Amino acid sequence: MYIVIIGCGRMGSLLANRLSKQGESIVVVDKNESAFENLSAEFSGFHILGDGAEVDVLKQAKIEKADVVLATTKEDNLNLMIAQIAKEIFGVHKVLVRLFDTKREEIFSTFHIESISPTRIAVDEFLKKINLKGS
Amino acid sequence: MRTIIIGGGKLVYFLSKTFISKGYDVTIVNDDSQDCEWFAKRLETTVIKGNGSDLKVQQEAKAGETDCLIAITPNDEDNLISCQVAGKVFGIPKIISFVNNPENATLFEQLGINIAISPVEIISKLIEQKTEFEEITNLIPLAEGKINVTEIVLTENSPVLGKSIEELDFPREAIITCIIRNSSAIVPKGFTILKEKDKLILISIPEEYHKVIKLLTGEK
Repeated sequence: MYIVIIGCGRMGSLLANRLSKQGESIVVVDKNESAFENLSAEFSGFHILGDGAEVDVLKQAKIEKADVVLATTKEDNLNLMIAQIAKEIFGVHKVLVRLFDTKREEIFSTFHIESISPTRIAVDEFLKKINLKGS
Repeated sequence: MRTIIIGGGKLVYFLSKTFISKGYDVTIVNDDSQDCEWFAKRLETTVIKGNGSDLKVQQEAKAGETDCLIAITPNDEDNLISCQVAGKVFGIPKIISFVNNPENATLFEQLGINIAISPVEIISKLIEQKTEFEEITNLIPLAEGKINVTEIVLTENSPVLGKSIEELDFPREAIITCIIRNSSAIVPKGFTILKEKDKLILISIPEEYHKVIKLLTGEK
């Protein structure tokens, strides 16, 4: 699979490293050069220095050919914009975004954008552990 | 008309001031408390501190009862999401976004924003056209730069002097709307003969603009 990841922070880089290790071909985009230091030595994909908010940068990453696009920058709005561009303009089938603000999940699910909320997942985990101890 | 403006800086200040003077009800949303204070001191508007793309903030700004929302922040992604929340959740009928990256203008319209305005594109077109010919004295881009209104004076070098308008190979998407001759206005007809020092008021689409100017001035 050809996977484009926008945002090479802790989450983006971890995804990139793991997917690359699994043998997928990966392109990671980040606007900060230092972000690419998060990539492991085994990472065999490409990285592009640029702002994911610019269509030119997305084109450079050959987003139109991507099977999967993951938007994992730390800005919710940027992730949502990238996801819409990938889906609506470039016709990418599988697009996933990270959302910190859980309130937005519902709105953007109506746009058929799938999101993953680390906050929600973490809260669920916390609650699970508390309940276990309590029982 | 109830309007929400999201953003900061002089642009938001003067825009709000203009709208208020026209009797609009303006609410400014800005995420910087110093900016908010600044606006509140100088304008008779409601100022709300917060991220304009937040549901709660738009609710506080009474988005549900608003006719028009304008997003003018320096971040295109924030403008897009603010506009989409306004349209999707609150059903605001008129939604306008500024785009900092000119390439985003068509993109935003494809993503459902009513009007996406690129100041860079409008200003660069204006400068390009203004600096090109001295005899072209006035230009206004209308409909976000989709129509040019141009004023051009025919000099002695013009190849169209003595010709009637119907003789000209005028592009379809352009029209001479008025001729000012000796300070009186003539509504041009096909048989109207063009003379030196005629001032023509033209309307054209940007794509035909250069063709029209070349036709009337003979210059490239």
